[in-house]
Amino acid sequence: MTEAYIYDALRSPRGKGRKDGALQEVTAVSLSAQMLNAVKDRNGLEGHAVEDVIWGNVTQVKEQGGCLARSAVLASNLDQSIPGLAINRFCASGMEAVNLAANQIKGGAGQAYIAGGVEMMGRVPMGSDGAAIAVDPTLAMGTYFVPQGISADLIATEYGFSREDADALAVESQRRAKAAWDDNRFANSVVAVRDQNGLLILDHDEFMRPTTDMQSLGALKASFKDMGEAMPGFDNIAKLKFPHLEAINHIHHAGNSSGIVDGSAAVLIGNKEFGIAHGLKPRARIRATAKIGTDPTIMLTGPVPVTEKILADHGMSISDIDLFEVNEAFASVVLRFQQAFNVDPAKVNVNGGSIAMGHPLGATGAIIIGTLLDELERRDLETGLATLCIASGMGAATIIERV
Amino acid sequence: MTDFTMKTDADGVAVITWDTQGKSMNVMNQQGFLDLHNFVDMALKDDAVKGIVITSGKPGSFAGGMDLNIIAKMKESAGDNPAQGLFDGVMDMHRMLRHIERGGMDDKNKGGKPIAAALPGTALGIGLEIPLACHRIFAADNPKAKIGLPEIMVGIFPGAGGTTRLVRKMGAMAAAPLLLEGKLNDPKKAKMAGVVDEVVPANELLSAAKAWILSAPKFVKPWDEKGYKMPGGAPYHPAGFMTFVGANAMINGKTKGAFPAAKALLSAVYEGAQVDFDTAIRIEARWFTKVLMNPSSSAMIRSLFINKEALEKGAVRPKDVPDQKVSKVGVLGAGMMGAGIALVSARAGIEVVLLDQNQDAANKGKAYSETYMDKGIARKKATPETKEALLSRITATDDVNALKGCDLIVEAVFEDMSVKAEITKRVEAVVDADCIFASNTSTLPISDLAKASSRPEQFIGIHFFSPVEKMMLVEIIKGAKTGDRAVAKALDFARQIKKTPIVVNDARFFYANRCIIPYINEGIRMVAEGVTPALVDNAALMLGFPVGPLQLVDETSIDLGAKIARATRAAMGDDYPDGAVDSVIFRMEELGRLGRKAKAGFYSYDEKGKRLGYWKGLADEYPVDQSKRDLDDVQNRLMMAQTLEAVRALEEGVLMDIREGDVAAILGWGFAPWSGGPLSWIDIIGADKAVEICDALEATHGARFKAPALLRDLAAKGEGFYDRFGNAS
Repeated sequence: MTEAYIYDALRSPRGKGRKDGALQEVTAVSLSAQMLNAVKDRNGLEGHAVEDVIWGNVTQVKEQGGCLARSAVLASNLDQSIPGLAINRFCASGMEAVNLAANQIKGGAGQAYIAGGVEMMGRVPMGSDGAAIAVDPTLAMGTYFVPQGISADLIATEYGFSREDADALAVESQRRAKAAWDDNRFANSVVAVRDQNGLLILDHDEFMRPTTDMQSLGALKASFKDMGEAMPGFDNIAKLKFPHLEAINHIHHAGNSSGIVDGSAAVLIGNKEFGIAHGLKPRARIRATAKIGTDPTIMLTGPVPVTEKILADHGMSISDIDLFEVNEAFASVVLRFQQAFNVDPAKVNVNGGSIAMGHPLGATGAIIIGTLLDELERRDLETGLATLCIASGMGAATIIERV
Repeated sequence: MTDFTMKTDADGVAVITWDTQGKSMNVMNQQGFLDLHNFVDMALKDDAVKGIVITSGKPGSFAGGMDLNIIAKMKESAGDNPAQGLFDGVMDMHRMLRHIERGGMDDKNKGGKPIAAALPGTALGIGLEIPLACHRIFAADNPKAKIGLPEIMVGIFPGAGGTTRLVRKMGAMAAAPLLLEGKLNDPKKAKMAGVVDEVVPANELLSAAKAWILSAPKFVKPWDEKGYKMPGGAPYHPAGFMTFVGANAMINGKTKGAFPAAKALLSAVYEGAQVDFDTAIRIEARWFTKVLMNPSSSAMIRSLFINKEALEKGAVRPKDVPDQKVSKVGVLGAGMMGAGIALVSARAGIEVVLLDQNQDAANKGKAYSETYMDKGIARKKATPETKEALLSRITATDDVNALKGCDLIVEAVFEDMSVKAEITKRVEAVVDADCIFASNTSTLPISDLAKASSRPEQFIGIHFFSPVEKMMLVEIIKGAKTGDRAVAKALDFARQIKKTPIVVNDARFFYANRCIIPYINEGIRMVAEGVTPALVDNAALMLGFPVGPLQLVDETSIDLGAKIARATRAAMGDDYPDGAVDSVIFRMEELGRLGRKAKAGFYSYDEKGKRLGYWKGLADEYPVDQSKRDLDDVQNRLMMAQTLEAVRALEEGVLMDIREGDVAAILGWGFAPWSGGPLSWIDIIGADKAVEICDALEATHGARFKAPALLRDLAAKGEGFYDRFGNAS
């Protein structure tokens, strides 16, 4: 069978997703185009060298609407003959872009793709595209819809994680991210964002709070307690689905949940012939991909069953994996993953994650694949697994293997 | 014979008057709709008519609503394809209302005639949906009038455009309490809420409506004009989005997903808000059809409206006994029950003698009424005058001779056979020979108590529920010798104090407690088995019960449960089936965890008696088995524990009328109202399915779930309870 290889993986630095964020002034199209141009330039590609651009993005309205992938291609230095496909699987959109590209290559549909994604959360607010599952009574009541924060707290309640557990994970995420930056571990993958004159706008992840400690987190108010217990009372909904629970333990807050940021990432994926033709050396092969649907109320437990599935489908076991990237959407998501597989936290998100650096929804899936690959190379390890929890109850995973 | 008449006055205003023959309040039926439509059509086509006023011939009211008997039978009478038949019927109604709303305008909103609704008073259900289709609603300033859409209370929703029009008129947020809670307003509040447009003095009602018509007003509805925006925002407007997210969660949380009509209503609102008016109406009709097709709606209407009303009007009253209205009642025992009985009696205008062993205790019982009226005054529901009048009807005394002249005695003393026997004898020595003696016992057999009476045919049980002034149900118990006049007396008394009565034969725990006790016991058993207490109570709430069994036993108190258990055990001997329950109850009693009154029970409480959560020590006493998480099993057990008692009560002749079994269950202890009651529930799921559930439960949990022979027989013959026993309704 044809193999799909990663030839390059890069990302933008992540800007705070708000008014005073450095990337507030950059359009989603411009940031996307800069990533596409960087892939083209770093790898010496011609403008028509890839089959398609598959671009993940969650909030597909306003500047992110209207098939952002096509807009980004047209705004970039790629040829107009490359079409562009915008996709949305919520937080795993960037990963699905990579997986979709890899599987098309494996299936013989083209030699190479650029896959990735973007989310300008400060410019196009999360949720501003509407969502039937939240408001359509047939669906919202039928699926016992609750917002993600309630789901994260529900995971903590159901699987027994405390506020201290979550805060400790957040402190560690900040510490690891700081250490990784100090050690220049992202140097190869972070592409600085520049303006139309080539002037620097941002070259580092600006969301990080390295001074975070247990005490500073302890002072934060649980973010989802009011909407859970008072108005409109989402805890009641969670308990309709999980009636054995007496109450929901609200442990999540701004400091142990992922940050709202702007950012983008791109991965160059191709078959063997593509590498030979362009004189590029494959860095890893995409060994396996998987996706799964799960209970939409607890919503964010997907990484566990999708990991079980990807391992089973490919005859692997958890011990075959050297390093893990489990997106830190909320601390309890990672805690649950570690608990379910009894994996050493020292192997999970070793350079920090979305709690420290932020989670640009449509891009994160591609970002963590790149981060995983960089670290496998740095440590000279073989196999890594990246996985994300996904809104509405889904999970996605990718296993990469260095070659 | 038509309920509508039309007269065009010299001023050119056609007045259509609605006056249902033989009813104190107008009710709508299919013919009425056609008649109204024809008059409107005639007036619109008549060049001499400038506009139309639709009003009522009943003083003080416009209309009470649709004839619910028709709605309950709509599905049966809708033809071979009932969904299509219902939908077509609803759409016909919509076309007639839309004809009013368009008032003869063309598609550019040109021409046409204004149509006003003039409400002399109460306007409920269709009685408000018709005015909402008119161009302006005038209401007489009648503070006793109730205006609103209470359909949700009987398991349906306003399906004649009321849902769609109210939301478009007021916005989803403002319409929510009116639609989802069926909240009723007096005319002034209805105007403040934006339901009616003008409130005018009653004697100016017609002239005000006419004056508006003759002012050549602009009358096109906002939603029929270009650029209409829903107040508060449609679902995908940012503000509207939050409203709908919140509404879904609140309604789902509040109804625990157990009431299909609330979901359907909200869906009609959400889907309708995204499209033009005529499409929205079609959407509303589809969801309304869905609700009518759901057996829950006809079961709810049958129990909560038709049969409840029939029982209140004396459906089971002995026919030949003349009026037994109570003029003076003696209440024995001024404790919580006696005080409540005195209050509701005095409130109904009955003279009350409230007797206790000493004057202080009697006074304390009377003070309960005083506190009640003070609260009423604070809420502007009463005045110092009505309070005085009520209190003046209650004589608190320790003198048994004061009972002279009472035509009914209600005994509410300590639950002890000998105490009750003694007071029975003492009182019978004082009262007239034709006085009826009723005991408010909840546990002691009436036939046994009647042995103390020299007139057992005049001895009866009237079992009130606590708190008396709030609980709608009274359970009337016939002892072996109780005569018809006593039954009639108890029923006429219930009617005076505006309670819903049922009449049952004497047997252990009568009817209500017979069903409630197994419900509580089943919950307690599960705790002993290791089911998490939260699952026990939540499973009950999700079935629509107001409180779960563990919360309920905390409210009614553990020591009462233990006392009943001991007495029952003594009476039944080796047949006693509830040893597993007793081990928990007695242990809790031993630990002093007697329930809310002790601020310690299955739950923990703060010093004010507020529930905090399950008692943490419970898990040490009864370790939780996390494998026992089967919600269906828990719910089937809770439902069947009660339902099978209802079936057995019917089988044994304790229940004489299935209507009583269903109505009492909902009013007495809040049995899953969406089901229409335990017997209706079995009819909904099917007797064969019920037997299947029983067989499975019996195999796993024991003989108490053995399907009664009557249920098996129904299953074998493919019948339901209402097929076989429902002829009376």
